Amino acid sequence: MEKPNGADSEKKKSFVVFDSVQKTYDGETLVVKNFNLDMDQGEFITLLGPSGSGKTTCLMMMAGFEVPTHGQILLDGTPITRLPPHKRGIGMVFQNYALFPHMTVAENLAFPLQVRNIPKSTIADKVKRALSMVKLEQFGDRRPAQLSGGQQQRVAVARALVFEPPLVLMDEPLGALDKNLREEMQFEIKHLHEDLGISMIYVTHDQSEALTMSDRIAVFDDGIVQQLATPEELYERPENAFVASFIGENNAFIGDVLSLTETQAEVRLASGDMIQALPVNVGGQGQKTTLSLRPERVYINPDPGSLPNILQARVKEVIYMGDHLRTRFEVAGNKDFIVKTPNSSAVHRYMAGDTISVGWTVNDCRALDA
Amino acid sequence: MSVSMPGSHANPSDHSDSGAQAPLVAADGRPLKVSLRRALFKNKLRAVLLVAPLMLFLLVAFIFPIFSMLTRSVESNEVRTILPTTALAIQAWEGEGLPDETVYAALAHDLKEGQRNRNLGRVASRLNYEYSGMRSTITGTARRITNVEAPESWRDTLIDAHRNWADPAVWSVIKRESRGYTLSYYLAALDMRYDADGSIVRQPESRRVYVDLMIKTLWMSILITFLCFLLGYPVAFLLASLPMRSASLLMMLVLLPFWTSLLVRTTTWIAILQSQGVLNNILVALGVIDDQSRLQMIYNETGTIVAMTHILLPFMILPLYSVMKSISPSYMRAARSMGATGFTAFRRVYFPQTVPGIGAGAILVFILAIGYYITPALVGGESGRFITNFIAYHMQVSLNWGLAAAIASLLLGLVIALYLIYNKLVGSDNLKLG
Repeated sequence: MEKPNGADSEKKKSFVVFDSVQKTYDGETLVVKNFNLDMDQGEFITLLGPSGSGKTTCLMMMAGFEVPTHGQILLDGTPITRLPPHKRGIGMVFQNYALFPHMTVAENLAFPLQVRNIPKSTIADKVKRALSMVKLEQFGDRRPAQLSGGQQQRVAVARALVFEPPLVLMDEPLGALDKNLREEMQFEIKHLHEDLGISMIYVTHDQSEALTMSDRIAVFDDGIVQQLATPEELYERPENAFVASFIGENNAFIGDVLSLTETQAEVRLASGDMIQALPVNVGGQGQKTTLSLRPERVYINPDPGSLPNILQARVKEVIYMGDHLRTRFEVAGNKDFIVKTPNSSAVHRYMAGDTISVGWTVNDCRALDA
Repeated sequence: MSVSMPGSHANPSDHSDSGAQAPLVAADGRPLKVSLRRALFKNKLRAVLLVAPLMLFLLVAFIFPIFSMLTRSVESNEVRTILPTTALAIQAWEGEGLPDETVYAALAHDLKEGQRNRNLGRVASRLNYEYSGMRSTITGTARRITNVEAPESWRDTLIDAHRNWADPAVWSVIKRESRGYTLSYYLAALDMRYDADGSIVRQPESRRVYVDLMIKTLWMSILITFLCFLLGYPVAFLLASLPMRSASLLMMLVLLPFWTSLLVRTTTWIAILQSQGVLNNILVALGVIDDQSRLQMIYNETGTIVAMTHILLPFMILPLYSVMKSISPSYMRAARSMGATGFTAFRRVYFPQTVPGIGAGAILVFILAIGYYITPALVGGESGRFITNFIAYHMQVSLNWGLAAAIASLLLGLVIALYLIYNKLVGSDNLKLG
């Protein structure tokens, strides 16, 4: 989980630290149960999770709008747990941008500089540079309402960066944009992050956004970080059933562990089929487990005996997706077994009702918690 | 609408060829604009029918009375209708010296006629506004000449009957008022009058009432508006930021005054503020003031201002609340995250966005205040009276409806003028009622 950073361990002072942070609003339920995070300078960390999982609350505690009920937050080594937001010097981009409607774009950008009592000429200069950074040079005199959604988004980003904060927080900043614009903005934000070398904490519920942008992702559910890892780790090696199902597409089987070794677990499904899987997060022999298998790791009609797991599959439905085909099978009682195949002339198209066989390796099938 | 299909089929290609100048046509060959009008006609008709009852009501109960008030404030047809021959004859008089015999004879004729028809009272009181003593002049003369038939000189007879008929000023008033319209109501409403020569002068100091009262009404209304703003803004802010449940409770309290009669609310203030009232008793009991020096807080300006501020407060709070409710809390958070203190964030980000609400509330309260009648009448005493109380006085007691109409028209004009100025300064897009 460690970043493959330099070998100098003396400079390993974390930039942002959440130390066993808890938060409750009503004194009865914990919205954030036990949040720990060590973030390096210049890192891009995404808090990902369904709504109500506590990710936004964590961001608000970082910004200073909420106070943790327990635990400590450090910024660059200094505790800021109870520091008011305006003294933290953290930039923030809000969900609906929160551009001040009564000010022009340039005035919006000047605002954080004005409240810092920066001389006027410097302000004008910095505002100009910020506008050109987001390619909105000629829009300085417009009101936010006169801009398109994407332009407003850029202004919001520029405003959070204009006072050169070391850390920028983003609260679902792309939620209001349509799909194409969203993807374009993802890259723009990513490039700004790389060019300026600032640290970012980004909140989203969109997993593809998280996967494309982040250095590391913290997957939230029910107030707990389920897994904190790089995008690749999360997708390839999910540690529990929630992460496996939340990140990317996933075929799941539930069964009992019959035998268990270091590298292999034998699992019996409810249908009676036996499956060999990689034990990742299983309790032990006799325990229930969820098997997770990515759709692109499924082989169709493998030679008999070539794979440890080969099962009968009945085609229920073929969905045409353009660049690939999604085929829904019934396999060992699971009626939502998805296989993705590229749409090429070489690939045979099945019809609903066909019966074929599917297979996969031991390492691609991960045995997780039930 | 439906036309045979084959013909309409060929149309689109025809027109795409004939260039951009040709008007666009619908598929059935009708011009597009005509088709659109037709399609919208039903909707328009429905809209008109929906508002028709209200329009009719407004016409009868609002537009027409205002029009009638405006006419009445300049109308002066008493001389024309009751002294018709005099009105005609006097046109020949140039205003030098006394009019000649024909005018006197015409007046005698009209007076006799009027005496018979018993309608001299109206013209007598009308002329009395312009020249005091004219009431008795007219009624007295009419009585004296009832039995006089064709004397040698009507001039001598009438002058004999009342010496006012020898005053050229009386005749110039009659001539002026025979035009059918008059400015004298407006002059009176502005504390001015015609002098003996017929030129416009200010009223003597002791008789100037209305201008000062108008100014006083104005500043008291401004003060009440400002007090409503001071008291209402924090309440509206609280309303907009509290969680739903406590907010609706608070909203009930704000709206509570609307559910009690205006009269009850006003008299409650009498009970609280009068010299033997609750507030004075408390102050005396606490030893803040002496029993002898109880504060006079009612039947003066204080009473009017306190009671009206209370009554008009909801009209400030509601538009403010609706505007504040629409301001997302993320604006303040954004400002704070950018380094602004709470106060700076409020002053530079929150407050400017509430200006439309302040504008709407202020104009609502101000217009209601400037035309308020019942509360100043009940708790205003001598010094806390509004101009409206004088309008009512002239409507109900002195029956000088022309003057009442003139003052009311001036008030209307003032409100419109202030609104236009406001509009120029703040802009109507900065006015948001909800």
